[in-house]
Amino acid sequence: MATDTIPTPADLERPVDDVPHEINKYNFITQTKDIFKAKKGLSREVVAQISEMKSEPAWMRDFRLRSLEIFESKPMPKWGGDIAIDFEDVYYYLKPTEGQSKSWDDVPQEIKDTYDKLGIVEAEQKRLVAGVKAQFESEVVYGSLQEEVAKMGVIFTDTDTAVREHPELLREYFGKIIPPEDNKFAALNSAVWSGGSFIYVPPGVHIEFPLQAYFRINAESMGQFERTLIIVDEGASVHYVEGCTAPMYTTESLHSAVVEVIVKKNGRARYTTIQNWANNIYNLVTKRAVAYQDSLMEWVDGNLGSHLTMKYPAVYMMEPGARGEILSIAFSSTGQHQDAGAKVVHCAPNTSSRIVSKSISKNGGRSSYRGLCKVEKGATGVKSNVVCDALILDPQSRSDTYPYIEVEEQDVQIEHEASVSRIGEEQLFYLMSRGLTEAEASSMIVSGFIEPLVKELPMEYAVEMNRLIELQMEGSVG
Amino acid sequence: MSKTLRIKNLHVCVEGKPILNGVNLTINRGETHALMGPNGSGKSTLGNAIMGHPSYEVTDGTIELVEEDGTVANVLELDASERARAGLFMAFQRPMAIPGVKLADFMRHATSNVRNPERKEGEDLIPMREFRKELQEKMGHLRMDLDFARRYVNDGFSGGEMKRAEILQMAMLRPKFAILDETDSGLDVDAVKLASESIAEISADASHGGAMGVLIITHHDKLLERNTPDFTHVILGGRIVETGGVELAKELHNDGYDRIRAEYPEAAKLNSKMAEEEAVSV
Repeated sequence: MATDTIPTPADLERPVDDVPHEINKYNFITQTKDIFKAKKGLSREVVAQISEMKSEPAWMRDFRLRSLEIFESKPMPKWGGDIAIDFEDVYYYLKPTEGQSKSWDDVPQEIKDTYDKLGIVEAEQKRLVAGVKAQFESEVVYGSLQEEVAKMGVIFTDTDTAVREHPELLREYFGKIIPPEDNKFAALNSAVWSGGSFIYVPPGVHIEFPLQAYFRINAESMGQFERTLIIVDEGASVHYVEGCTAPMYTTESLHSAVVEVIVKKNGRARYTTIQNWANNIYNLVTKRAVAYQDSLMEWVDGNLGSHLTMKYPAVYMMEPGARGEILSIAFSSTGQHQDAGAKVVHCAPNTSSRIVSKSISKNGGRSSYRGLCKVEKGATGVKSNVVCDALILDPQSRSDTYPYIEVEEQDVQIEHEASVSRIGEEQLFYLMSRGLTEAEASSMIVSGFIEPLVKELPMEYAVEMNRLIELQMEGSVG
Repeated sequence: MSKTLRIKNLHVCVEGKPILNGVNLTINRGETHALMGPNGSGKSTLGNAIMGHPSYEVTDGTIELVEEDGTVANVLELDASERARAGLFMAFQRPMAIPGVKLADFMRHATSNVRNPERKEGEDLIPMREFRKELQEKMGHLRMDLDFARRYVNDGFSGGEMKRAEILQMAMLRPKFAILDETDSGLDVDAVKLASESIAEISADASHGGAMGVLIITHHDKLLERNTPDFTHVILGGRIVETGGVELAKELHNDGYDRIRAEYPEAAKLNSKMAEEEAVSV
C-alpha cells in the first residue's frame, strides 16, 4: 500500500463506497508501485505522466497539456486572500512508497482530535486494519448502490473511470462549464486533476436517496485536485452529498477542485458539501452549474478549517424559468480566512435566484462574503434575493462583505440584505440567566445561526455538522 | 436552601454612569415585593444587577443569598449562569431573540442545568419524555399552543407571547427568587390573569423546597391585584425612598409620583436627569 503520498486525488472526492472497487484498487496499487515516480513541481513531463498512468485517451492528455500552458500564462488572482503557494513545492502525482498506509500518527494533532471525538479514528483504523475484509464490506455497499441506480441507467463512478468508460459523455461536457481558461486554479486542476465523482442521470429519472461521496485522504486514495462532473438530463433529479466525516488531512498545502454541474430542462440537482480542512490548506475551488429551462440547481456548501478558502459556487441560468439557490456557511478561526460566497448569473428572462450566505468568525478568524449577482442584457423579469449574515464572536475577528451587482436590464427585482452582528452580549446574558454556561450559550447561538443550513442537510450530516461546530466552539480544534 | 435574598447599599454603574445609589432590599422566600418608580429610576437596572448582566458594574455594596443555616453566599462572585443555578430568575421586559434555537431545546438545557446545578457539560439532559410531559403540562396552564415550543426563542414573538414564554420558563425553572420586569406590560386582561395565577401557583408550590420570593417591577397594579405585595418599594433616582404595603402600590397607581417627588426633591431631580440621559442614549 502506498503511503506518504501524494496527492493523487483519487479519493478526495471518491465515494466511500468506491474505495473497495476491485479493479480500481488493483490498478491503483500496481501503478503506484510500478509507474509513479515521486517528483515535486509541475512540468509537461509530470502532466504527461499523470495522463499516462491513467491510460487516458489522447484528447485528455492534450487537454491537460493545454491547461498547463494556460496555468503558466495566467497571473495569480489579485483579490481574495493572500495566496503564498510555491507551485514547485507541491507534489502533483503519486510517488511510489513502501510499507503501510499513513497512520493517524502522521495526522496533525488537531485534526486527529476532531475525528477522534467524532469516532472516525476508530472507524478508520478498523478499515485499515481489517484491510481486505473491510474493503469487501464496502464493496457490497457500493455494489448494491450501483446496482440500484444502474438499473435506472444512472452512472455514478469516479471521474478517472468515467474517462475510460464513458468517453462520449466526457468529451461532450468535461471542461465545458469551467474551461481551463476560466481561472488560474481551474487551469491547474485541468492539468493535474485526478479522481472526483462522475454522475449522469438519464431523462426523467429521479433518484430518491442522495448519492454520497465520502472524502478521505489516505495512502492509496489521496487527492487534492479532484474533478467532479454531474449531468442531470431532462426532467431528472439528483441529490449529491459529499461527506465531512472523513479525515481530510494532507501534508500538502493545496486543494484545488473543479466541480461542473449541468441541469437540463425541468431537471433538479442539489449538491451538498461540508468540508473540514486542516489549518494549513489552501482550499481554492471552482464550482459552477448551468441550469436550463425551468430547472433548479441548489448548492449547499459548508466550509470549516483551511488556511484560506476561496470558493464561490455559481449558477448560470441559461434559459427561461431556471432557478438557482445557494446556501453557504463559513466558519473561520485563528489563522484562517474564509473568502466564500456565491455567484448567480441570469442569462435568460424570468429566471430567479436566492443566496443565503452565513459566516462565523472566532478567535481572530476572518470571513469574507464575496458574491456576484449578474443580470445579462435581455434577461427581463429576473428575481434575485441575496441575504448575507456575518456573526463575529470576539473583537479579534473580522468580517467583510464584497457584493457585486451587475444589472443590464430594467425589469428586474434584486434584493440584497447584509447584516453583521457581534455575538450579542445581550443574547449571551439572556441564555446564561437561564443557567446555560457561557460556552453552552455561545454554542447554542452559533447552532441557531447555522440552522438554516443544517436543516437542509441529510440527518447524519446535520448531526456531524453540529458536532463539528460544537468542537470548533470548544476551541478543541485548531 | 437559601431563604433570603439580601441586597445592601448597592451602587451600580452602566458605562461609567451611576444608576443605583445605595439600594437596600431584603426578600424572604414566600414574600411578594413590588418595585415601582418613574422611568429612569433604576428599576430594570436593579433586576439586571441582581441577575449579573456584565454591563452593570457593581461599584459598592453586596448581594447575598442567606441559607437556612445562616451561611451567606456572595452572589456578586457568580456569573449569570451560576446565579440562575443558585435559584435566581428574571423575567425580562424585552427578552432577546435567539434565531434558530428552538424554545424547547433551549429550555431542556436550561432546566437540566438549573435543576442539577452540578451538571457538567456533556452530561445527560433531563430525559426527553419527562421534560416534554412537564413542559406540555405547564404550557397547558398558560394556554399556550404546543407548537409554540418548536418556535425559535423569542424570534418573531408578539409582546404577549414573549411574556408568556418568560412565565413558562419561570414555571419550568422553579426559581427561589424571581424578578418580573414589567411582565404585565403588553398583556391583555386574560393574559395578566394567567400570569398572575402562574406566579401565585409557582410561588406557593412547596414541592421544591418552599415558596418563591418575588420582586414584581411594574407601573401598574394589574399584576398586583392577584399577587398582593407584602411590601411595596418606591425607587427614585436610584434609591429606594419609601417602602409600604399594598396601599402604597394602589396610591402610586392612582395618583402617580407627585407626592413622592415632592417629598424627595433631590432624588426626583437626580431621577429626571437620569431619565433624560436614558432617553438620549436610546
